[in-house]
Amino acid sequence: MIKLIALVPLFPLIGFLINGFVGKKISKGLSGGIASGAILASFIVSVLAFIELQGSSQKENVISVFSWINSGTLQIPFQFLYDPLSSLFLLIITGIGFLIHIYSIGYMHDDEGFSRFFTYLNLFVFFMLLLVLGNNYLITFVGWEGVGLCSYLLIGFWYKNTAYNNAAKKAFIMNRIGDLGFLLGIILIFVTFGSISYTEVFDKAGTVSTSTITAIALLLFIGAMGKSAQLPLYTWLPDAMAGPTPVSALIHAATMVTAGIFMVVRSNVFYSISEVASQTVAIVGVLTALFAATIGLLQNDIKKILAYSTVSQLGLMFLGLGVGAFSSSVFHVTTHAFFKALLFLGAGSVIHAMGGEQDIRKMGGLSGKIKITFITMLLGTIAISGLPPFSGFFSKDEILAHTYEHSKTLWLLGMITSILTGFYMFRMLFIVFFGKFRGTHAQEHHLHESPPSMTFPLIVLAALSVIGGVLGLPEFWGLPNWMHHNLEPIIKIKNPSILSHETEWTLMALAVASAGAVIFFAYTLFMKHKVLPVEKESQLKPWQKVIYNKYYVDEFYDMIIRKPLDAISTTFYKFLDLQVIDGIVNGVGTAVKSIGSLVRLTQQGNIGFYVISMVMGIVFIVLLTFLVK
Amino acid sequence: MINGISINYYLLLSTVLFIIGAVGVMARRNSIIIFMCIELMLNAVNLLLVAFSTLHNDAAGQVFVFFIMAVAAAEVAVGLAILSMIYRNVKSIDTDLLSNLKN
Repeated sequence: MIKLIALVPLFPLIGFLINGFVGKKISKGLSGGIASGAILASFIVSVLAFIELQGSSQKENVISVFSWINSGTLQIPFQFLYDPLSSLFLLIITGIGFLIHIYSIGYMHDDEGFSRFFTYLNLFVFFMLLLVLGNNYLITFVGWEGVGLCSYLLIGFWYKNTAYNNAAKKAFIMNRIGDLGFLLGIILIFVTFGSISYTEVFDKAGTVSTSTITAIALLLFIGAMGKSAQLPLYTWLPDAMAGPTPVSALIHAATMVTAGIFMVVRSNVFYSISEVASQTVAIVGVLTALFAATIGLLQNDIKKILAYSTVSQLGLMFLGLGVGAFSSSVFHVTTHAFFKALLFLGAGSVIHAMGGEQDIRKMGGLSGKIKITFITMLLGTIAISGLPPFSGFFSKDEILAHTYEHSKTLWLLGMITSILTGFYMFRMLFIVFFGKFRGTHAQEHHLHESPPSMTFPLIVLAALSVIGGVLGLPEFWGLPNWMHHNLEPIIKIKNPSILSHETEWTLMALAVASAGAVIFFAYTLFMKHKVLPVEKESQLKPWQKVIYNKYYVDEFYDMIIRKPLDAISTTFYKFLDLQVIDGIVNGVGTAVKSIGSLVRLTQQGNIGFYVISMVMGIVFIVLLTFLVK
Repeated sequence: MINGISINYYLLLSTVLFIIGAVGVMARRNSIIIFMCIELMLNAVNLLLVAFSTLHNDAAGQVFVFFIMAVAAAEVAVGLAILSMIYRNVKSIDTDLLSNLKN
């Protein structure tokens, strides 16, 4: 099946073409069926190839599809690289992608853009698969841009709403900033190594000076910052929640935003060589994690809470990458994909039940009304909060343990983030599902559990969130860490753990104890004392106001970037455009007109005059030729 | 020398004829006269062509003259037809009256 790996991106492409061209003419069921079927086919191929790879001793498989760019010394074949890393990402993308397709059939059922939605979704999966499968930076870049485009299209899916369109544009522009860094990184790689193929570049990486490697690693990381919503380019992700909820789950939680992590893991050799770059990654990661987690504490929009939580978890993953724990980060990508997709889909189910309401202040007491959603979301919340034996516990603990051996400060910040995560997630859970219903009567009457097409993915993802931890059991328990062994071939420079078992046990106990404590704290606050988010912003304390307004980062960017840019543009418009350019264009017109009105005087219809002018002209020319000679 | 007459005389005659024609076209307002003056100019050129053709013993000039005469005949036919139409419409062949397209 590895030889046929090109089939994996091919199926979604076919689905995209069918839905794109004839989607409107066929029934909704058929349209959704084709889209989901395409992803299911990809998933089956991915699973078969995965099984084959596990049994095979050759871990790096390069599959040439066709010769792509041939120009002088620049030779770029269109090749796929199928190794443990891409095989894992293929499973995540197609597996979770398939579940979310199924979910979307139920969620988008009444939407007029049904087939358009599935067209974009299939296109997204295609590009995402290209991104993780490519054997050189350029194919990854094509996928990278493609997913950015699909993200833009899907955030602005309900294009009649101006705010949604603005959110889409914001996401696209923010990503462009990162993409520029990525592109410069690729160019620098080509200039340095004369190739952009992964296999060639990584083999030669040790032969180049460390400063060049640092530059490459930092440029690539700028790309990752944009795509994976890290400081200072994270503000697009919370706004991206304007898109339909399945999109938030698939693109803005489980897959696309982890592209940055994928790319860093792929290029791990650069980050292992360059101390500066890996330090930067770790610091940016932990700051983002902490920053976003604090914002999450006081948000009232159910999707915004999850969005900030995503930013925060991505920060944790980058922290893991920065301290050299590449396989732990990939493990966290995997478990995060399970529980965050679950939480988003659950939130979608809640929003569906509430008839479009997203404000948690209007919800409450939903646990009895939508039981399946409640139970699955509860499992997801426990998983993200890091309670054993749920999946999030194992992956987060691995990252924090590696951080501890690297730097105590970073570990402390990571720990605080983890505690805050438990708090805001349980705050959301308690406020949404317990207490009294606070919405309108019409909403209360409308409350209902979602159709099976929506609850089925929830149940599957909940199961994965619970048992996902078995992929990476802690080695000091004497259990096999499959994730670590699986990814070993792609980590070029090893970074073995040096912690004693006692320390690891202590750290783990500390993590569990703090998670338990903060959940108990949230329980007393929101269940016993029934604290509710205040209705008006003016009721907040000053420090709460700052957090509630997301530290005014958007306003800050607005002030230092958008406003000056606007002012410069206005000046250019008024001076250069209106005066200079318009002046030249209008001046040419006026000159032609006035000369024309002068010359027109000779056109009087008198034949004699014409003939005389003609003869005079000829005589003049003849004389001129004689005189000039 | 052509038949004992210097080429200069041919040139002179042709020039005089051409200038008479040109002045006629410029000065007169009667369409018929203008028309005749144009013919005069054409034939002045024809004269020059045949003269040099004989001088250089090259038949091409004379062939060319036949062409001009044939085309001139066709032109006369068309021109006279136009003139008669003008006369039918404006009851005059004065060119100064023909300025309807002016404004």
